[in-house]
Amino acid sequence: MEIAVISGKGGSGKSSISAALISMLSNVVAVDCDVDASNLHLLLNPTWENEYQFISGSFAVVNKDLCIRCGKCSQLCSFDAIRVVNHSPIINEFSCDGCQLCMRECPVSAISMENNDKSRICVGHTKYGNIISGRLAPGEENSGKMVNELRQLSRDIADRQHRDIIVLDGPPGIGCAVISTIIGVDKIIVVTEPSISGFLDLKRVVKLLHHYDIPIFVIINKYTLNEETTSSIIHWCEIEHISVIATLPFLEEMVKSIVGGQTIFEYNPNSVVSEKLKVALSLIVN
Amino acid sequence: MIIAVASGKGGTGKTLVASNLYRILSENNRSVALVDCDVEEPNIINFVPHRLQREIEVKEYRPTINSDKCTLCGKCAEYCSYNAIFCEPRSHYIKVIEELCHGCHACSLACEYGAIESSSKKVGVVSLYSNKDKICIAEGKMEIGNHSAISTIKATKSIFDTSEYQYIIYDSPPGTSCPFMETVLNSDYVILVTEPTPFGLSDLKQAIETLKLMNRPFGIIVNRSGLGDNGVYDYIKSNKYSLLAEIPYDQKIAKLYSNGELIVDYLPEVKSLFEKLVNELNNL
Repeated sequence: MEIAVISGKGGSGKSSISAALISMLSNVVAVDCDVDASNLHLLLNPTWENEYQFISGSFAVVNKDLCIRCGKCSQLCSFDAIRVVNHSPIINEFSCDGCQLCMRECPVSAISMENNDKSRICVGHTKYGNIISGRLAPGEENSGKMVNELRQLSRDIADRQHRDIIVLDGPPGIGCAVISTIIGVDKIIVVTEPSISGFLDLKRVVKLLHHYDIPIFVIINKYTLNEETTSSIIHWCEIEHISVIATLPFLEEMVKSIVGGQTIFEYNPNSVVSEKLKVALSLIVN
Repeated sequence: MIIAVASGKGGTGKTLVASNLYRILSENNRSVALVDCDVEEPNIINFVPHRLQREIEVKEYRPTINSDKCTLCGKCAEYCSYNAIFCEPRSHYIKVIEELCHGCHACSLACEYGAIESSSKKVGVVSLYSNKDKICIAEGKMEIGNHSAISTIKATKSIFDTSEYQYIIYDSPPGTSCPFMETVLNSDYVILVTEPTPFGLSDLKQAIETLKLMNRPFGIIVNRSGLGDNGVYDYIKSNKYSLLAEIPYDQKIAKLYSNGELIVDYLPEVKSLFEKLVNELNNL
């Protein structure tokens, strides 16, 4: 079974809740799909075993000795990545999308592509099974493609090691990396918080999920910050036929567990949050 | 001056800082524009007075194949770096897979038969809002189901320029990958908002590494100070980074924010904190 944990709004508690759920299981592959801000390993303290190179894409490079300064590359670029300064093309590798059009069309073959090859995929094990973590190198892109690779790897490992559950800790937002995280999973947990922003972001992410026919479960984190908005979210979920499987209070204990590099369930298995998440997990898994 | 408010980690308080900074700058009679670049989940207009003036559609190029002209030669599929054209000559099948297309136009240059026709797809909307009769807020919103936020971010940023506004504030999307980079690309200064936890520290480091590659100057605001540990402070100190401000952890702030209020309107001590921040920015 593949379970994705996403949120729309960042900082609502995806990683700490994912980690807590993982630490209540014993035969799980944990996947950190938040590849440009990966944090899951900070709570699960894995022993890393393997590291793979990930080619996130490529960018164009101009050979100045061959360039005849015709400016064609700059005119053709759809990504505003090539500026002409003193008749010479300057490529901004952060804007370059790697489409290769300039390379193909350059009349003197002065343009070549270089790979973005600094990103890594790390595989390790924890007390609860395996962990796979994507580390997109600073400045490198294509997080959706990396998530696809992480998920393929997680399925291979789950098959080989007979793991029954894969938990995917997702990125915020609704873009490519989120879409790659949710396609084909069995269940989705959406973590939200009771603020205007949290509520609006929940609505947008649920709208995205309507494109896919996957059961959705909502967890309202830090509900004590605003009980009125919490009620509104619960009411809205009822209308949308989405089950709210936990409302978690804001506890300083939660922050302390993160500081201590532990999941809340490891830090205090009797905490209200742990108790409520145990119930939530049984509702999802069964 | 273009100031981008960003963070690696989500939920650290970017929108809180951007909206309150906007309020203080407007109160001081500065000409200031606010731009919501978090186009996947835009929120900032809920915090500031606004009146909708205009909406602009953001479109991206998409190819359509004219089957009368197409010879199924497959050159377009070969040119496409995103596997967005599937061509199977033996079964006379060719299809554009819209979700994978990045709109680079390579296929239309590849085709020698004029079979690739240009169409466009709506990928987002930019809404322009006024405050006190002057258009000064732009919000980008990506279409739900679209994969890339980049075109919508670009279109949203293009609304205001520094010839007309003394300050332009960008509220950045979370993370450090393409949407973040697109947002900070042309900013003069980046305010990174973090929180004093191991998560905040780890994501702050990633954001700083990216900004260094991009040669963008930056300073740091620690939000929810008092909660968590000293890791973030030690890191800032040992690297001699600029700590612009600390916003204390306070249930009152969390509650006001959750209701869409500006904290500088309610908490004088926070207001003076933001006034100090404005002074620091003026001295850059």
